[in-house]
This record gives sequence, structure tokens and C-alpha cells, in this order.
Amino acid sequence: MDVFEKLRILSDAAKYDAACTSSGVDKKASRGGMGSAAACGICHSFAGDGRCISLLKVLMTNVCVYDCAYCVNRVSHDTLRTAFTPRELADLTMQFYRRNYIEGLFLSSGVMGSADATCERMIETLRILREEYRFAGYIHAKAIPGANQALVARLGLLADRLSVNIEMPSGASLAKLAPDKTKKAILAPMGYMQQRIAESSHDLVRYRHAPRFAPAGQSTQMIIGASPETDYHILKLTAGLYARYDLKRVFFSAYVPVTESPLLPSLETPPPLWREHRLYQADWLLRFYGFTVDEILDEQHPGFHPYMDPKCHWALQHKDFFPLEVNRASFEELLRVPGIGVKSAWRIIKARRACALTWDSLGKIGVVVKRAQYFLLCRGRQRSGIVWERSAVLAALMSARERALYEAQEGEVRQMSLFAGATVPLLTSKERRELQCIQLPI
Amino acid sequence: MHTAANLTYRYDGTFAGLLCCVFESYAAHEMPEAIWGPDMPEQSLFEEKEILTDNRHAERVERSIPAKIGNEAEELVRLAFFTTLPDKELTVLRFLRQGYHYGASVLDFAGEDSVHRLREAVKHLLSEAHLLKGFIRFSVQHNVLVTTIGPKNYVLPFLARHFSERYPEEHILIYDETHRMALIYRPYEYGIIPMDAFRAAPPDDEERKFRSLWQTFYDAIEIKPRHNEKCRRNFMPKRYWSYMTEFSRACSKNSVMHV
Repeated sequence: MDVFEKLRILSDAAKYDAACTSSGVDKKASRGGMGSAAACGICHSFAGDGRCISLLKVLMTNVCVYDCAYCVNRVSHDTLRTAFTPRELADLTMQFYRRNYIEGLFLSSGVMGSADATCERMIETLRILREEYRFAGYIHAKAIPGANQALVARLGLLADRLSVNIEMPSGASLAKLAPDKTKKAILAPMGYMQQRIAESSHDLVRYRHAPRFAPAGQSTQMIIGASPETDYHILKLTAGLYARYDLKRVFFSAYVPVTESPLLPSLETPPPLWREHRLYQADWLLRFYGFTVDEILDEQHPGFHPYMDPKCHWALQHKDFFPLEVNRASFEELLRVPGIGVKSAWRIIKARRACALTWDSLGKIGVVVKRAQYFLLCRGRQRSGIVWERSAVLAALMSARERALYEAQEGEVRQMSLFAGATVPLLTSKERRELQCIQLPI
Repeated sequence: MHTAANLTYRYDGTFAGLLCCVFESYAAHEMPEAIWGPDMPEQSLFEEKEILTDNRHAERVERSIPAKIGNEAEELVRLAFFTTLPDKELTVLRFLRQGYHYGASVLDFAGEDSVHRLREAVKHLLSEAHLLKGFIRFSVQHNVLVTTIGPKNYVLPFLARHFSERYPEEHILIYDETHRMALIYRPYEYGIIPMDAFRAAPPDDEERKFRSLWQTFYDAIEIKPRHNEKCRRNFMPKRYWSYMTEFSRACSKNSVMHV
């Protein structure tokens, strides 16, 4: 099989992995070498699905001894199998890198023979890149669950980022859909890697040239929509993973049906992209906005509001928290306002030291005034000309697409009252009155 | 301060020249309505004042910016000079006048129009430079990495360090066809020089092979049920596509292909 065919098969088989970031580490090539990395990450292209292409994302091989129901590479799937030799893949990476097609390599693999043998093959590829070609670009490698700890250790010294996918959001789903994998086998390397990353950053403080273990940290991913877990459950798990394993990122991958199975959604099911999107929004709220899981969702409301982002949703449920005076609110309070992000909150804090902010200046700072106007006061005043009409508020707080979906649904609701058990209807006339009550008179 | 109606300055288009305009504005106690570079055609309607570049004046202004308004202001002005802001000279002058008056806090005047406009323009410049760090596609030609770009902003100075750190042992040529300048790198030194035209030679077999491999990868990596054209164009505006390998396929055999 020629290298074209191998590349086609092995990148096609790797594409369901969501992570393709090249961020988290800053370095440059030493003389005689090639490659650098920027902490902010660099996207080299965007695929037709709008996802960033930063790394050459391929499998070492799509041969696999496991039979995970959701995976294209499972042993029972009738598909063409192939494998890169370490030299082949290292050469391809260097040639792509030299032409500035990519920022580095994202290497994953099916399990060929044993976990150890697979891991050794990956290590050999990385060794050629790092030692023979003196490649200093970004490498993200998957740790293979079940591989010997010494091999994971070697992998961590060669790669910038390591990850091990927890695949399913619960042990039960894992047992059902991936009978050969266990939660323990997945969490064991995650715990080991966490410990090594912590040791390494500790050693670096003492010894400048201490070898660096996965300097860009570790991440994981889980598949959304192939199993019955609720959003609340998934978010709890995510927060737990960040806290317990110091993960840099948790990625969510909307399940794309690749196989007919009684255990899985049917082939016609579209990937749950909205749900994935909401999970990422909530993930951001957890990591950068100081929200806790229980503020976003709870046992009684375990699913995201389908038509409104979680931050807006929280704000509408906590009307007593608003309106905030933009010239006095703390940084943490500002972060709670829809339409204000981390950057614009910082800018507000900085700018108001020079002079009190006006509605006009808020827009220039980068605040989305259209959204924020319902939750803020500027110098004690509401924005003039603010419209409290239900349709205007909806238009401001939802994207055009969300609103179209919502209104279509709402039409049905009136007829069939399907919405009886749903989380919150948006701004009923009573709520609107309430919101208006707490505004100061102009 | 005297604001002469229809007074315009004409300078030589250099950064030092712009600083001399600032000097003149203070020396003559006047505020021009426009500041034009050498390329702008003459307009007889306006009273035009030729500002001659005097390095001593430029240096005085240059020293005064960090001293009176701070390093951040100095950086903003330097970067703004590389942007495509149509009246950047006048905006810089307005900004500096405000800055000399209020000091470093002028940067936090959220309502001040000149600060906002300069910041936006600089953001555009830096983000275009950042995008191009990824979107540039090199062709290997006689063992030199060559490419053509068509950026709106003058980004070459912002690419130099990145690519010299990335490929320390390579020879590189990046031709900016908008500004007709080229960034040239050879081991451990680089320069930016004017260049009227550049056309890459037709790709050899090896070059064609890797272009084609990249296209194979690009097609395979998309998850078809997730196709999202708007999202792709949002992150990667179409004006970059004609310079990128993954979109130049039909003509891959002849030399007109962009590299």
C-alpha cells in the first residue's frame, strides 16, 4: 500500500478525536534542529467542518484488538487495515512541517498485538523525530491504556502533551459499549501522568535542565450522545476530572454514528452538535468564569436549556443579582453578566480607574451591549431606548438560529403543552415585570 | 492652538517623518486637517505644508513618548504605523496630543476615539500576522522555502522572528505582493527588502507529491456529517484561500499556481 492510501485511511480513522490544539508550551528549535511551539497555539487550516487543523492527526495503525461498539476501528468492523512504519510517519511529519502545513503531530493508535507493542511503535516514531531529526515542534501522544508504566514514562518525555480518553461519561456505559476496557485501566495512566507532570514542574524549579514530562500537560475526551448520561452528570464528571487530575482540557465529541448497533443511536441520528456546544460553553464557565457545576445545572434540571446559553440562562434565573452598576461591580460580578467576557471585564476594571464608564464607551471596550444592557446600569442609569418587548429581549439574548428554533418549538408548545416539564420558559410577562421592577427609574 | 481650515501636512512616508509632523504641529501651534504621505496626489484646494524629515526633531518626539505617556503608548504608535488605518497619521497625532496632555491614563479613556481606532487597527494587524503564521504554505524550491502572501497589513516584520525560530537552518523567502516587499532569511540572520515581483518556479515531483499528500489529508480529516461552511470561513477568510495548497488543485501541474 502506498503512503497516500495509508495517510487517507489513518487520518480518516483518527478524525473523530476532538482535540487538535497545539497550545500550552513555548519553545524554539536549537541550532541544527527544526521546529518551535507557541503557547497560544497556531491553527494552520480549517477543515470543511470548521474544526481547526493544527496537527497531523493520524493513527499509527487502525488495526485494533478491541471491540468498542462506537469506534470505527473496532475489530469486528469490516474495513481496510494498515499501519505506518515509524520512519514513514516521522518523514511525513517533517515534510509537512517544513512546508508549514502543520504545527506538529497528534499520534494515536489502535491496539496492534498488545498495548506495550503499540506503545513501543509510537515511541520509536517520536524518538526518530526528536533525536534523529531534532524536531522541536508540538507532539501530542495518546497513552495506550494497559501499557507498561515505563513506556508511558518514555512517551511523556518525548511528547509535549499526553492524553488518555475516558471515552464514555460513566463506568456503566464503558462496560456496555467497550467491554474490553475498564475505568480503572483508563484512570491508572491518567493518575500516573498527573504525578509525573507535577514532579517534573517541581524539578524544573530546582534544576533548569531537568527533563520535562509532557510540558503542555494532559487532556482527555469523552463521547457525547452515544450513552444515556445527563448533561449534569457529564459536567460533574468534567469538574471532577479537572480537580482530581489537573487536566488542561476536557474535550467533548458529539457522537457521529459510524455503525449499526442495538446499543447505539441509529445511523440516521445527527451528531448532537448543540449539546456539545453547550457543554463547551459550560466548560468555559467552570474554568474561566468562576461558576460551579451546581450553579449551572442541578438534579432537578439535569439538561441544558436547549435554546439559551448557560450563562444567559443563569442570569435570567437570578434576577435579584442584577442590575449591576458597571462602575462599581467587582471583577467576579462582572463575569456573571451576559455579554461581558474575561477580557472585557478586565478592560472595564482598568478603564473605570481613568473615568466613569458610559454606555457608549462600553461598546468600545468590547462588551456586547445588546446583551449586557438588560443586566447593567451605567452611572446609575439604564441604557436609554432599551426595549423590554419579549421579542426584542429574545432577539438580544439568543442567536438568530436559537431564536428560530425556540419560536418554532414554542408554537408547538401552545398547542400541545409539551413544555410543561421544561426548565424555564423565557421571560413571561410576569418575569418581565419583575425585571423592570428592580431597575432604577431613569 | 490654531486650527487652520484645510491645512494639510505632507510627509515622506517614514516613521521619522510622521514624528516630525507631530513636532511641527506643536512648534507651529496648529492642527492639520489631514496628513498625507508621498503617494497621495496633490489637491490644489488645500493649503499644503511640506514637512521635511529632521532626525533631531524625530528623536526628540521619539524620546518624549515613553517619558510622557509611557511604553505602552510608544508601542501602540509604532505598531499603528504598520496598519492599514486610512488616516493613521492624523489619528496618531490626535492620540499623542491627548497623551501629552493627560499622560499614560489616556490609554484607559474608553471613550477616546483615537485610542479606540488605533487599538482596533493594531488588533487587526496582529491578528492577521498571527493567522499568517499558520496559513502560509511553503514550497521547497532548490532547497529554499518560498511563498507569496497578499496581506492587507504590513505583517512581514511580525513574521520574521517566528519563522527564524521555527526553521533556524533553512533559507526562506516570503514575498508580500501587496506591499512588494520580501522577508529573506538565511541561517541566523534576516532582512526585509523591497522586491518588485516574484514568481515561484513550477513544482518538482517531490513538491507535487507532498502537496498532493496534504490535500489527501485535508479531505480525509473532515467529518462530513458536521460540515459547516460558515464556521470554516469565519476562522479562515476566503481571501487567504488562493494562496493555500489545500485549495489550489486544478492547476497543480502548471506554474501559475500560487505557492
